[in-house]
Amino acid sequence: MKRSNAPLVWSLFGAGGMLAALVGPALVFVTGIAVPAGILMSPDLMGYQRMAGFAHAWPGKIIILAVIVLFLWHAALRIFHMLHDFGIHAGTGAKLVCFGLPLLCTIAAAYWLLAL
Amino acid sequence: MSTQTDKRRPYVRSVDGWWKRDPYYMRYMAMEATSVLVAAYAVILLVGLARLSQGEAAYNGWLEALKSGPSIALHAVILVVFLYHLWSWFKVMPKTMPMIFVDGKKLPPETITYTGVTLAVVVNVIVLIILV
Amino acid sequence: MADSTKTIEMEVLRYRPEQDKEPFWQTFSVPFTDDWSVLQGLQYIKDDLDSTLSFRWSCRMAICGSCGMMIDGVPKLGCRTFLRHYHPNKLRIGPLENFPIERDLVVVIEDFIKKLESIKPYIIPKEARTLAQGEYLQTPAQLEKFRQFSTCINCMLCYSACPQYGLDPEFTGPGVLALMHRYNADSRDGGRAERMDLGHSEEGFWGCTAVTYCSEVCPKGVDPANAINQNKMGSAIDYFLRFVAPRGAGK
Repeated sequence: MKRSNAPLVWSLFGAGGMLAALVGPALVFVTGIAVPAGILMSPDLMGYQRMAGFAHAWPGKIIILAVIVLFLWHAALRIFHMLHDFGIHAGTGAKLVCFGLPLLCTIAAAYWLLAL
Repeated sequence: MSTQTDKRRPYVRSVDGWWKRDPYYMRYMAMEATSVLVAAYAVILLVGLARLSQGEAAYNGWLEALKSGPSIALHAVILVVFLYHLWSWFKVMPKTMPMIFVDGKKLPPETITYTGVTLAVVVNVIVLIILV
Repeated sequence: MADSTKTIEMEVLRYRPEQDKEPFWQTFSVPFTDDWSVLQGLQYIKDDLDSTLSFRWSCRMAICGSCGMMIDGVPKLGCRTFLRHYHPNKLRIGPLENFPIERDLVVVIEDFIKKLESIKPYIIPKEARTLAQGEYLQTPAQLEKFRQFSTCINCMLCYSACPQYGLDPEFTGPGVLALMHRYNADSRDGGRAERMDLGHSEEGFWGCTAVTYCSEVCPKGVDPANAINQNKMGSAIDYFLRFVAPRGAGK
């Protein structure tokens, strides 16, 4: 019996799912609604100076990377399963799209964070 | 050559559209489908990060885009989807966790779900308080 | 009471391989009283209306696991589902979903049996003991670790509830994997390593996507979804640990 490599993505899926439940709603509300619409929060919260400073320090880099990357991998596994559930089975194509794209995004996110 | 004919002719039914068979399956598919907007939100943040690395003008362009009506409407939908994710994540938690025994009795699934949901609500509120 | 007889329409999926190209629905009017199960309704059809109807049954008391069927689209045991809950509406009875139809309500179960045997569903003693050494002792707490998973009656309702088994019959499926966990979790058992090659594979625990409907339809409260998914964390830890620790360290 061939051992499954599922634990690789599943671990990230689990971590991302937990993070999305714990901080997701608050983050979406702040970055997508409250700050842009100016409800309850000042637009300065996401101002360039502040965000660049946040992303400059290591704790900030790690937080940004964790949120983006873990959310992506969490979604990736579910989208992969959904394709299978809809009858598009785990071929090279499905794997390339579902896991290749998040991998590219992960590398890009790390690159941009290190550049800051 | 054998003249015996096999009377067996097993009939295999199609599984096409199986998720429409039962509301239970549709709730599962709804839970799985939250992933599309979770991915969308991650990509929005990733674009923001790219813009941030390109300098102030680029980043301000991203901020402006966030202020548009369609963007705020999209984020309202994403928020609802994240809240559904929060609920469904802890709804299946009793199935995905090892069994916990308290005084020799198995912890009921409702306790696990409600503890998880409460914890998530508290953490989200803490994040909001920190950011405000 | 006999005078409270009512009549219900039972639609049954028929398939007679020697003459039918594909299954079709046949309706029967069945008189019943409040204490009649769906199985009794089918027995009435066979005895009084159409003796060619085929279905499996044995104990009539939810322990043999023979009379699993789709009742209004839900996998249930015919013997513990009552006609009165469907009256005055009609009800539809079909063979268990996700299995090929052998004939009428009888499905082909060879694949399930093969899988059941493949996981060594028996205790493989951790240490050999002679009769003189006495029995294998177990505390109530050790029993609780697997007791609920040991009540499976192999009725296969969970397989009919599992879209992953329907989509890919290579997947071992809920009932058998729950039984694998039942033996692995038994303090007297030492066969875990022999079973986990399958457990760690895509056909094992990793083929499950946590739809969890299997646990919902189980007539015995086995909760296969929990049996399967609580193994994923351990399987994942073992997956990564192989690289840093000698083979078998995470077992």
